[in-house]
Formats: sequence, structure tokens, C-alpha cells
Amino acid sequence: MKSVYKITLLFGITILVSSCHNNAAPNYQYFPNMYESVGYETYAESNAFKNGKEGQLPAEGTVNRGFEPFEYENSTAGYELAKANLKSPLDSLSRNPEKGKELFEIYCISCHGASGNGKGKLVEREKFLGVPSYKDRVITEGSVFHVITYGLNSMGSHANQLSAQERWLVTDYVLKLKSEL
Amino acid sequence: MKKVGNHNSISRKLFLGLALSLIFSLTSFAQEAAVAVTDAAAAPAAVTGGDAVKGKELFNANCAACHKLDAKATGPALRGVAGKYDMPWLYKWIKNSSDLIKSGDAQAVKVFEENNKAVMSAFPQLSEGDIDNIIAYTSEPKVEAPAPAAGSAEAVPGTASSESGVSNNIILGALALVMLILVVMLFLVNQVLSKVAKANGIETAPKTPTTPIWKAFARNQFLVLVTAVFLLLASAYFVYGFLMQVGVDQDYAPIQPIHYSHRIHAGDNEINCKYCHSAARVSKNGGIPSLNVCMNCHKNIAEVAETTATPEYSKAFYDEQIQKLYTAVGWDKTTQTYTGKTQPVKWVRIHNLPDFVYFNHSQHVTVAGIECQTCHGPVQEYEIQKQFAPLTMGWCIDCHRKTDVKMEGNEYYTKIHDELSKKYGVDKLTAAQMGGLECGKCHY
Repeated sequence: MKSVYKITLLFGITILVSSCHNNAAPNYQYFPNMYESVGYETYAESNAFKNGKEGQLPAEGTVNRGFEPFEYENSTAGYELAKANLKSPLDSLSRNPEKGKELFEIYCISCHGASGNGKGKLVEREKFLGVPSYKDRVITEGSVFHVITYGLNSMGSHANQLSAQERWLVTDYVLKLKSEL
Repeated sequence: MKKVGNHNSISRKLFLGLALSLIFSLTSFAQEAAVAVTDAAAAPAAVTGGDAVKGKELFNANCAACHKLDAKATGPALRGVAGKYDMPWLYKWIKNSSDLIKSGDAQAVKVFEENNKAVMSAFPQLSEGDIDNIIAYTSEPKVEAPAPAAGSAEAVPGTASSESGVSNNIILGALALVMLILVVMLFLVNQVLSKVAKANGIETAPKTPTTPIWKAFARNQFLVLVTAVFLLLASAYFVYGFLMQVGVDQDYAPIQPIHYSHRIHAGDNEINCKYCHSAARVSKNGGIPSLNVCMNCHKNIAEVAETTATPEYSKAFYDEQIQKLYTAVGWDKTTQTYTGKTQPVKWVRIHNLPDFVYFNHSQHVTVAGIECQTCHGPVQEYEIQKQFAPLTMGWCIDCHRKTDVKMEGNEYYTKIHDELSKKYGVDKLTAAQMGGLECGKCHY
């Protein structure tokens, strides 16, 4: 009887030790109400809204601070118009080639390559094909800005990663690369 | 003989314990192995023919941005396009499709209308010979999924490594079995021996009542005292260790609704962290990328390459994850349009600072210029994202004490830097000397 008891104890301890650690679940918290806010957290689920999400779209027609309207529409006609007419609002003081380079090397380099020749890492690895060299395309600052804002063919819009001002900085850098190719 | 009997009972228990723990460790191994999915990697397609090879080069350089061979992309699928249209028309179309549409060519207008009126770039630089090459490439028959014979050579590395995992388990199992047999044999031998002894008329010495070891131990007060002190210290050590890890989620790696591999994106493809986590540059929050950022590339990449698959995760597994993304954003890959039916993806948050701490990503990423990997670890190697740092206060403070503030090109700091470096008599200030240890900087 005594040995049966000992064996079960041994069993119990081995089960406990070998099943304790689980990386897929968060750890215990001491005073969880000090950790978890009463208010909803970024990107969390929340009953406060109809669709159950904290992240809500701004009300229609909302304009953020510093917003500048972009009057060229997302179409071929808009592209042609922007190509012909759109000029950079940046003056000589707010142009910043270093910042433009930094942003280019985050957002464009994977496909367009460091020199803009269309041979980025993704192209080399044949994940993304047919990226043109800046040299081979007729582009103006207006058309570059239009394409970064809305995307073109296989390229997607980068307007939510880059603010309008940052897009103009990248535009400058793209044209600088084109002139050097 | 008496001693043998005693030994036996102790060793029996020890063996039993060892065998048990082996068995348990085995089962937990087996659980992990069950999660892994293995599929043989398929052999890549072979390309033949002189013209078609040149054509492939030209196709990849000029056409592949919008056209795929077997699936609709921005433009229609091009395999077998020569069968649909005659060559003179194709020359005209490729060299300048807009002119052809404007001239009122019925076929051209129809193609234009069928493809959402997307304008195809003009390619006046392509000669008729070039176009012939491209058409030769598009006319190649589709290479079917690899035959088993061709596939086996490719599949060897994958199966070999998965087999090694299995054989490990088999070896462990065999060891456990041998151990078990030994225990049983020892027990049986002991029984047989005592039976033989009895049959031969040898009396096993009757157990003389000696003082049991625990009683002897209890009588030795010094030993008891030392043991008590030792046990108290040991338990204090373990209790302290346990309490210190409460609320620390280091190595937390939850299962996400879409299996997103940082290894493939940030590692193999070298996509900058901030391409997707663009909020980390400009906002307090590091940001979970919205799915439109995924679609910037995955609109075009509907399936992974054969080479992306690993022994652990097959191509089919990764393709399924991309399909999950399409379902979430409502992208119909056959028509290349958004259906408008979206579903939010319930990502599981990994890094979560307590509510009473303020942390700002942009301050660390943009102002201080700290690499993402400093806090998040070698993310580019993680197949499954986990929390690298403990994210405890001690960890924050430690870094603030060691890290020099980046002053170059930041005039904001110039004046305070000059004053403080005079005060401390140093050239370079650490974040701590700048006030990075003040309570109110992070807790308010």
C-alpha cells in the first residue's frame, strides 16, 4: 500500500516537472489590474464599438492635421495629369537628400535596388519580376509622387507608410538616382 | 545476503523513477514532433529550347511586372497567347498597344475592356525577334507537378532530416525499453536466487532489526540543523527565482492566426523592418502592419517558391498562409479584384508592457537610432516570433546606463550635452546621465 502511494507521488512529480513550461501561453502576473488597463488598448478587441475593435476608421471626411489635398485621382488620366503638371511643394530648405535616401532604403530598395536599376533583393531572388530601371522610364517628379501615393500596376500604394512630405523627399531621391544611372 | 536485499529495494525504486521520467520526456518530445509538417520538396521545372531561354530573360525583365504565365495578374495570363492572336497583331500590340486601341482595332479594344482598361506600357525597344523569343517562351507547355522519379532526388534532404528526428525518438524509446527490461530482470533474478537458496536449504539470514537510517539521522542533532539550514536556503533560492519571473514573458511565442515567418521576409528577402512596421519610426506604438502592406507584395506573390519550403514547413503550408491573408483582405486571386468581404485577423500580442510604463518607439528608433534587434533579438532568424528581451525594469535601466546618447546631427541635445558633460567630466553621455533613470521619465 505504502509503495503504491510512493509510486503515485513519483508519477505526480514527474508529470508536474515535465509539463510545467509552455511558451505558447503568457506567464502569471502579479496584480494583473496593474498591468491591464481598464481603458481599451491599441488594436485590442473592445465592446465599446459595434464591430468589436478598438481600431476604428476616422469618421468620413476627417482631415488630419497638416493635411494637404491631393487633387489628382487614382487613374491613368490622373497619372498623366500629375506627370505633366504636379510640382514638388518642397522649397530648398525642406529638401533633405539624406532623409530621402534613408526612406528610399527602407521602402523602395527591396525591388528597385540601391541605385534604382530595378535589381533589388526581391528581383534578384525572383520573387518579384519586371521592375524597370528608372533610366528606362520617362518619369517626372509629379509622376513619381503619383505612383508612390497610389501605386501603379504591381506596385502598391505607400501612402500609409510615408507621409506626403516624406513621399516628396523620396521623389527627390528617385530623380537623383535616375540622373546618376 | 542481507545487504543485497536492501540494495535491491533502493535500486528498484531508483530504476523505476528513471524509467518513468524517461517515458515522460519521451511523450513530450512526441507532442512537439507531431506539430511539424513534412512534405517532400518538388523539383523545379526544366527549361529547354534556345529561343525560349532568351525569351524568358526578356519576359522577366519586361513583362513579368504585370503578366504571369499561368495566372492573371495586372494583365492576363500569357501561356499560349500565340494560339489566340496572330503574330503581326501581337507585334503591333506589344510595341504600342494604346495606338492600336485608338485606331479602333476591334480585337485590341476587346482585350483592353476585358482587363479593367489597364494601359499596357509601350515597348518600342523590343524587336520582332525579341517578341518571337518571348512568344516562344510563353508557348512552352506547362511543366506539370514533378513526377515521383524526378521528385525523389529533391526530396532526399527533407525526408532525411525528418527521419533523423524519428530515429532519435526510436533510440530513446529503445533505451527506455532496455532500462525497463533490466529492472524487471533484476527483480526476477533476485526472486530466482532466493528460491534457489531456499531449495538448497540455505537459510537467508533473517533481517536483524537495525536502527533505520532516518532514525539515526534524527538522533544526530547537528546533522539535522545543517540539513534544515541547507533546505531553507535552497527553498529560499527557488522561491526567489520563481517570484522574479512572475509577469516576465521572455520567450513567449504564441501561435498566431496566420503563420508569418520573419525568417523569410526580414532574413532571406532582407526587407527592412520598418517597411512593414512603419509606425515604429514616427509613433509611440511599434505597430502591427495593416494587411494592405502585406498586399503591396502579395498581390503579386500568391504562392511561395519551392526553395522557400523547409523540412518543417511545406510549400503547401506556406501557400495556405497566403490564402488566409487573401481571405482576410477579401482578395480574389482568380479575378485579381477585391471582393469587399474582409475579416479582421486576430493577432496575438507578444510584447506587452504593463500599463504603468511609458515607452515610445519613435524616440528609440528614430531619435536614438537603436537597431530593432537590440530589443527584439535576431528577428530575421525567427520562424515563429517570440519575445526576446525580458522587458523588465532592470533590463531597461541596464541599457540606459550603458548606452551613449547619439548626439551627432541632433541640435536638440547640443546645449544640454555641453552642460552635462562638463558636470560629469565626460565626453559622451549615457542615457542615464541625461536623466534616463528618473522615475517620472517612464512612470507617470
